[in-house]
Amino acid sequence: MTIPACHVEHLSKRYRIGSRQAAYGSLRDSISSATRSVVQAARRDRTVQSDEPSTFWALRDVSFRVEESEVLGIIGRNGAGKSTLLKVLAGITTPTEGRVTIHGRVGSLLEVGTGFHPELTGRENVFLNGAILGMRRREITQKFDDIVEFAEISAFLDTPVKRYSSGMYMRLAFSVAAHLEPDILIVDEVLAVGDAAFQQKSLSKMNSIAGDGRTVLFVSHNMLAIQDLCHRVVWMHDGQVHAEGLPEDVVGTYLRTSFSLLTEQEWPDTESAPGNNDIRLRLARVRPVNGSPNDRITIRTSFLIEFEYYLTFSEGFVQSTVNLHNEYGVLVFSAGDDHVRDPRGRPSLQGVIHESCLVPGDLLNDGMYRISVEIRTNGTTMHRQDDLLIFDVEDTLDRRVGWYGEWGGTVRPMLEWETTVMRNDH
Amino acid sequence: MQPAGKLNERSVLSAPRPVVAEDDRPTVIHAPRSGWIGPNARELWHYRELLYFLMWRDIKVRYKQTVIGAAWAILQPLLTMIVFSVVFGHFLDVPSDGIPYPVFAYAGLLPWTFFSTALARAGGSLVYDANLLSKVYFPRLIVPAAAIMALLVDFAIAFSILIGLMLAYDVSPGFALLALPLFTLLAIATTLGAGLWLAALNVKFRDVGYVVPFLTQFWLFITPVLYPSTVVPEQWRGLLGLNPMAGVVEGFRWALTGDGDVSTTLIAVSISVALFLVVTGIAYFRRMEDQFADIV
Repeated sequence: MTIPACHVEHLSKRYRIGSRQAAYGSLRDSISSATRSVVQAARRDRTVQSDEPSTFWALRDVSFRVEESEVLGIIGRNGAGKSTLLKVLAGITTPTEGRVTIHGRVGSLLEVGTGFHPELTGRENVFLNGAILGMRRREITQKFDDIVEFAEISAFLDTPVKRYSSGMYMRLAFSVAAHLEPDILIVDEVLAVGDAAFQQKSLSKMNSIAGDGRTVLFVSHNMLAIQDLCHRVVWMHDGQVHAEGLPEDVVGTYLRTSFSLLTEQEWPDTESAPGNNDIRLRLARVRPVNGSPNDRITIRTSFLIEFEYYLTFSEGFVQSTVNLHNEYGVLVFSAGDDHVRDPRGRPSLQGVIHESCLVPGDLLNDGMYRISVEIRTNGTTMHRQDDLLIFDVEDTLDRRVGWYGEWGGTVRPMLEWETTVMRNDH
Repeated sequence: MQPAGKLNERSVLSAPRPVVAEDDRPTVIHAPRSGWIGPNARELWHYRELLYFLMWRDIKVRYKQTVIGAAWAILQPLLTMIVFSVVFGHFLDVPSDGIPYPVFAYAGLLPWTFFSTALARAGGSLVYDANLLSKVYFPRLIVPAAAIMALLVDFAIAFSILIGLMLAYDVSPGFALLALPLFTLLAIATTLGAGLWLAALNVKFRDVGYVVPFLTQFWLFITPVLYPSTVVPEQWRGLLGLNPMAGVVEGFRWALTGDGDVSTTLIAVSISVALFLVVTGIAYFRRMEDQFADIV
């Protein structure tokens, strides 16, 4: 075994409740509690000690190793202890128990633009921020041109940053940070900075840092970036390491279990099933073609929306509609059976009806979707079931090149695309 | 933080594969610590450029968007001196050890203004830079130290007026002038000692922000700035030295004018108290340091 770049052993961190937000106590509180403890000591009264402020463990017995040149991703929901962990690793805060052994020079990037002063010019802030992040003056001078060029702000170098647009400010801030070259880099969610073009640049920079043989610890909510950049992932939950392993395994489990999805519903008991005397739902599910409702659906997957119902109504015509809403409540599509050429629908048949519609891959954008089903007869709604199914369409790296930002658009179809050179002037 | 230059032997030996020989990377351990710890000189040295940059920031920013800029550094002690000269020197006829009262007052106000301004700045420095504390690691001592050092520039600017005043009133220094750096150092030490205490306390108790203006006002009265220490009976003068700023102000006047017999007892007591302040200030600061990021 080689020496790990970072060795975390039984790390715990306890906070007093409220001490993170209500940052300070007043002198009076301290004096009164001091007086109280003196009084207590005098009385030898030990039962009153429950007076102690309540505490909570932001980290509890966390252990893991990060080998040299390894890129470790840390994922977990908000409040799982990711940021506290990074702060302990960076030396900003001291652990309550356990220890961290770090071999190498650490650079931490928990926020971009730490220490930027609004009154100072861009040029001045590059030096100040660089020094704060641990760069030497010589190093900053050396990289100065690269930093400015990367940030695309050379025209405003001598303008106070308070006059910058927020985009310019963030670009400059990220640019300084991106030129940090420690042995071990600790990065908190800082990639979502600037416009799409700049994000792409930032990520390829991160990629090259990671590919440079540097050790990187990377916290992010962006599962695509995690899957692409990281060699291994630690999943934090309630201050503890919940799982650890290869990105594709851990991220998959994390996504499946962290959101309450509803990919299959079944009502074996007809009486209590949703519906009315004419119609009762029997089951509904969404699954990849040739897969089960437990399988993942990505933007590339063709999947089936299936539902079954008992129909006791036999007069006239029936029409079914599937509505798909995205997580913003936008109706992405409203589809029916296009083979039926009669505007009233198809002739009603009594019995158990199974309907299934296939949604092709490379159509939807990633995100969470809700399906509602509406069954109409002779122009009036017989039954409508909202949120019948809730499922997640995951993004994949297949259709991305070096950029992991949010992809705009309600849908994300893969289009026939042709490029022809009309005239070659070379 | 205890950076150890080399890897510890055991881990190297237990490694089956040879470790890269030219490994000069530091090994750092983060673990709970307790007890009193001194300053980590090596680490402070490593971060000396940050001290410089924070000082530079303070200096740059201080007079931005003001009309008269650095002239404020002169105006404050100058105007105070004029008021003092009129009220105390002229109307009340306060003695000034044979030195023209304006020179007498200004020589005292010079270190005093540095002290009172720097104390307020240092006291608020950690809270002012709270964002740095909670996002980046560096030796925290640098923050109040930079706040104090940055004011030395104002001190130097204000000093130029003193030279003008001394020329105008025909006061010439003697060999005692050589002792001036010593007293400047004493002023810095006193400010640092008290400043570290206040800065560390302020992180937890914002009451400090209200205490400081009152404290400096009170402190001014027990410091011989507008009166000479000779108004205090001989046997009490050593006691006056318990206030290290008394030693600073007395020392300054003596070094600049060469007049007046400076009480060596007073100076010695002041130096001891200042050293005590610095040592306890650093110790308290270092002890509280671990909590700064969590409670600031």
